[in-house]
Amino acid sequence: MTVTVLLFASYADALGASSIEMELPSGSTVRDILGKLSSLPGGDRLPPRPLVAVNEVYASASTTLRVDDEIAIIPPVAGG
Amino acid sequence: MRTAIVEQPIDVAALIDEAGDDSCGAITVFLGCVRDVNDGRAVTGIEYSAYRAMAERELAAIAHEAQIRFGVTRLIVEHRLGALGLRDVSVAIVAAHAHRSPALDAQRFVIEELKRRVPIWKLEHYADGHREWVNAGTGATAVEQAGT
Repeated sequence: MTVTVLLFASYADALGASSIEMELPSGSTVRDILGKLSSLPGGDRLPPRPLVAVNEVYASASTTLRVDDEIAIIPPVAGG
Repeated sequence: MRTAIVEQPIDVAALIDEAGDDSCGAITVFLGCVRDVNDGRAVTGIEYSAYRAMAERELAAIAHEAQIRFGVTRLIVEHRLGALGLRDVSVAIVAAHAHRSPALDAQRFVIEELKRRVPIWKLEHYADGHREWVNAGTGATAVEQAGT
């Protein structure tokens, strides 16, 4: 299945992209995405357990992904 | 109740006008502004960016929670994105109520939750020409520590 992974701010700088399409086996979890990201060039600059949102809602590492989910890797927020 | 992520300068007077009505004995206004120093470094401006769809959703959720907790229905929050200069207003929270305590409490709740949860980032520009993401090196955030 294909999912879209969004990257922002310092994480987008680290991986040199603001959006990545990923092909994953069905039943994959957020943890699987993080593992794939860490192996990409620049992926070692992400923390091991960054915040993640699935379809605009904060999610845990064990969250199971579905086709067409939008996954966002969220750097430490700094609004205000 | 209204929340928004905006690109244009925030019109504070318009928000005050929008928030109040004849029943309000108190209107409180909080403004977050760009200041000239952070961690001892001279700042010349801040570029704000966001995961916009989620930021709008979280901001609306926070205002809804404030309404439930403090009974404040007349609440307006605007957060600005883009390149801001010194003294520019990045966020405005206006709360109106018959009495001051609920308005003040709701406002404090909203700014603290906003800083903890809403996916917005600051790229600070310094006088020496460098630029850095604020909090970029901190790894975990309060949201993660809270286990949500």
